[in-house]
Amino acid sequence: MTEKNMNPANNSAADGVAPLSKVQQKVAVSLNRRHRHEKLFKGVGLVASLISLLLVAILFINIFSKGLPAFWQSAITLEIYFDPEIIKISDKPVQRADETDNAFRQRDIEWQSEVGMINFNRLIVEGLNKVLPDANQYRRDVQRIVTSGERFAMRQLVIDNPAIIGQTKTLNLLTDANIDVWLKGNIDRSLPDAQQQLSPKVREWVEMLSEQGIIKNRFSFALFMNADSRSSLASAGLAGAFMGSLYMMLVVLFLAVPMGVAAAIYLEEFAPKNKITDLVEVNINNLAAVPSIVFGLLGAAVFIGWFNLPISAPIVGGLVLSLMTLPTVIIATRSTLKAIPPSIRQAALGLGASKMQATFHHVLPLAIPGILTGAILGVAQALGEAAPLLLIGMKSFVAQVPSGPFEQATALPVQIFLWQGNELRNFFEARTSAAIIVLLALMLTLNGLAIWLRKKYENRW
Amino acid sequence: MKMNKLTKLVVTTAVSLAFAGQAHANRDTVQVAGSSTVLPFSSVAAEEFGNNFAQFRTPVVGSGGSSGGLRQFCQGVGINTIDIANSSRAIRPAEVEACKANGVNQIIEVKIGYDGIVFASRVDAGDFKLKPEHVFLAQAAQVPQNGKMVANPYTNWNQIDKSLPSQSILLAIPGSNHGTREVYEEKVILDGCQTFAEVKALPKGDQNNFCLAMRTDGRVVEIAGDYTETLARLQAQKDAIGVFGLSFYEANRDRIKVATVNDVVPTVDNIIAGVYPVSRPLFFYVKGEHIGVIPGLQQFAEYFVSEAASGFGSPLEAAGLIPLDDTERAQILANIKAKKGL
Repeated sequence: MTEKNMNPANNSAADGVAPLSKVQQKVAVSLNRRHRHEKLFKGVGLVASLISLLLVAILFINIFSKGLPAFWQSAITLEIYFDPEIIKISDKPVQRADETDNAFRQRDIEWQSEVGMINFNRLIVEGLNKVLPDANQYRRDVQRIVTSGERFAMRQLVIDNPAIIGQTKTLNLLTDANIDVWLKGNIDRSLPDAQQQLSPKVREWVEMLSEQGIIKNRFSFALFMNADSRSSLASAGLAGAFMGSLYMMLVVLFLAVPMGVAAAIYLEEFAPKNKITDLVEVNINNLAAVPSIVFGLLGAAVFIGWFNLPISAPIVGGLVLSLMTLPTVIIATRSTLKAIPPSIRQAALGLGASKMQATFHHVLPLAIPGILTGAILGVAQALGEAAPLLLIGMKSFVAQVPSGPFEQATALPVQIFLWQGNELRNFFEARTSAAIIVLLALMLTLNGLAIWLRKKYENRW
Repeated sequence: MKMNKLTKLVVTTAVSLAFAGQAHANRDTVQVAGSSTVLPFSSVAAEEFGNNFAQFRTPVVGSGGSSGGLRQFCQGVGINTIDIANSSRAIRPAEVEACKANGVNQIIEVKIGYDGIVFASRVDAGDFKLKPEHVFLAQAAQVPQNGKMVANPYTNWNQIDKSLPSQSILLAIPGSNHGTREVYEEKVILDGCQTFAEVKALPKGDQNNFCLAMRTDGRVVEIAGDYTETLARLQAQKDAIGVFGLSFYEANRDRIKVATVNDVVPTVDNIIAGVYPVSRPLFFYVKGEHIGVIPGLQQFAEYFVSEAASGFGSPLEAAGLIPLDDTERAQILANIKAKKGL
């Protein structure tokens, strides 16, 4: 606009046809200054976005460069002979026709305990003897190669299928966490023996075995299939935390979403507009701004203290996160409902529908994509939340995958926090970043889903 | 009609909430919380327990520091309270009273072994040969000098003692929520403080207050989190000296090195022999009222102190715990069996 006004003035000045009017002079003087300001502002804006982009890039490069290698983990391929001389057990119990379920379970547990008495380490050592000629001279060092959790994996093989006894199986067993650290170069190899975690003999073996291809980096299924572990660090996985998060998200979905949507519909479509509803509205908006840690304190006092719900259980986490997500869902739903043109309601009412029918048959179906988007974003927000969970005992070490929302569990963001605090830094720095990548991937999937839903079902009026 | 659906929804939610309140009625998992020093040992014991006893679930182990754990422990008796509190110090009389006030009368003390406390610095920093009085002089608010108490003038270790490296004083010590802090104060600071004649001249009641007062110029940092946080502090500041558990140092030997105390290197052997001065027993406390209610509680406590779990050559020894001797172990096992409370 200004340029159009200016150009004729400039031209005429250059031609010397007519002297500039006062206004034109003023404009000409300020023009350069205004252009300069605009340029400066553009420049500042560009720098600001570049810096933020750079920071995000640094963050991602840092996480991915550390975390991606942790998705592959060193494993040793051994021929394990399930020696009947070592595994001496009675037959696996089979439920008899006249036996109650309880009695059978009792017998089964007794049998499992019997299998538990077997020294599966001996099988592993026998397997290592085949590839390490001098293993017998270094009995202590041999024990350090395969991570201690693998003996339970072998026990599980026997429990699942006792027919395996007497057979030879080729198994990929995870190596000790420190071997993984050594092979990936996460510890300075030039350090003297006193500062190394592995004994010189073990390092020599590891070098030899990895040259022969017996120890290899393989995709780490343990990271996804196992629960957390501290006695066998190499087998620590995310399955427990993932299931914990999943149960919490289910609670959020079945609690916060229906409640939020119902509240929003009532407030938007049915509630009389008066001081009380105004007050409710203001409070809901305020609730969305309450820091999440406050909900954690509330949850600890109310759900655990008064309702006597168990500590560390996903049900409590889910309830707390529902409280936190509720305002998000209400606000998203209300704005979606607001965006639906009144003509739709009026048309329905005009054809004789009741208010209820107009809302539930016409308005709500049109609002569903928006409500879904709001719900998914709310769930994604809840998924990444760690602070309130710390206060309800969910930062505990849980070595089992929970089988229901009432069983003790951790959650993905808390697992990241826990791994970040693990003593064996060399191994868990990478593991922590890998967990972050998993969590980020889940969040991006959820957010992507929300965007896709919005795009696909978007209505234009 | 439609209204019914909405009411149904509300009713279902309410019912499921009520159900939620019911379902907790029997917890079948042992719940542990407390000291972050004991946490790694407790977690390993829990995992081994879960793997060896098919009939019980794996106990769940939380952190929160010795004081935090004992506070949770003393909240009362019931499903929503923890069964075991880990502690890197003995329970205090005030805590026992708090427990009793809330109905926790049977507190069974279980000693699980020993652990050393070490001073460590970054591998690229100087070598320290500390004595307790050095540490006291580095952290005190006021120090005795020529018969008078003066504000702490030291900013560099070699001002305290010529034998120490020329390195600026920066001490990262555990926060007061940690049991380690109490042992550190008792065995290092008070020990070092009592070596001065000026301190001994003070009235008995004032000595501890004087010794434990810390300088506030930022050279002493209290770490409320766990040892990883202390390690992060060392990584950020080359001069910093941190207080760690021996087992944490063992797992990170490539990053930190230990200082000797009274010329003794902190090793497992030196701690067993009793020559390394800063070691302490580790404990856990079992709520006697929960034995027989929470399945596996007594078995877990017994398993934890068994030879198989925490003796020589056991998984806990491999994790850095210094085992009990046999007589002590037998005594503690008998205490658990007899539910002998404090």
